[in-house]
Amino acid sequence: MTGVPRVSIQAADFDLAAEVAALRAFDPGVGAVASFVGTVRDRNDGSPVSDMELEHYPGMTERAIESMIDEAMRRFDIRAVRVVHRVGPLRVGEQIVLVAVTSAHRGQAFQACEFLMDYLKTQAPFWKKETTPEGARWVDARVADDAALARWGITAGNA
Amino acid sequence: MKVRVRYFASLREALGTAETVDAPEGSTLGALRDALVARGGRHAEVLARGRAVRSALDQVMSEDPAPLHEGAEVAFFPPVTGG
Repeated sequence: MTGVPRVSIQAADFDLAAEVAALRAFDPGVGAVASFVGTVRDRNDGSPVSDMELEHYPGMTERAIESMIDEAMRRFDIRAVRVVHRVGPLRVGEQIVLVAVTSAHRGQAFQACEFLMDYLKTQAPFWKKETTPEGARWVDARVADDAALARWGITAGNA
Repeated sequence: MKVRVRYFASLREALGTAETVDAPEGSTLGALRDALVARGGRHAEVLARGRAVRSALDQVMSEDPAPLHEGAEVAFFPPVTGG
């Protein structure tokens, strides 16, 4: 185990290399690190996007992600997990979310990373409001994200 | 019994961040939503049964049958869109 917290919800940016280095420090059993970084795209639902505002539910968001990590630890043979999710105003190209997983071999790290992102997309209380030339609008949830979680045998019921 | 009701995202914009509601003993999450809709106005509009609204009880995703308790923290919000 490392001394790194598993979940951080923060306005500040994060450094992928530093996060991964901290996650695998002092654990010589790590043979694989899989990570995912989500970023702000310049288009959504047919409109150009210049920036967005991310809202969350303080307390519940951290708790929801902690329980997702517990579930990932039960399902996969992994060693450590780190999730960082930003909130507040974000511009195109900025980093939004990091999920990093360590394991002995690559298969479990890849799978756990994808599982955690699928879970987070439909079960962690975050909401995006994006700015387009037509004004600000709340982003719609996607049925495809529910379908992604269903592959793991979990009913999302979000979109 | 008194329960704290919080709103997020588009529901927060319509209804404000939070309110304290007096709910009858034995109420469920679904009964509370129906009682808020019965007030009419914006509550009726944004919490209407046809709307995609998700809910949490004591900061855990929960559904209509969940029983409320004195001091419960309930939240209503649109489908989540993080990540």
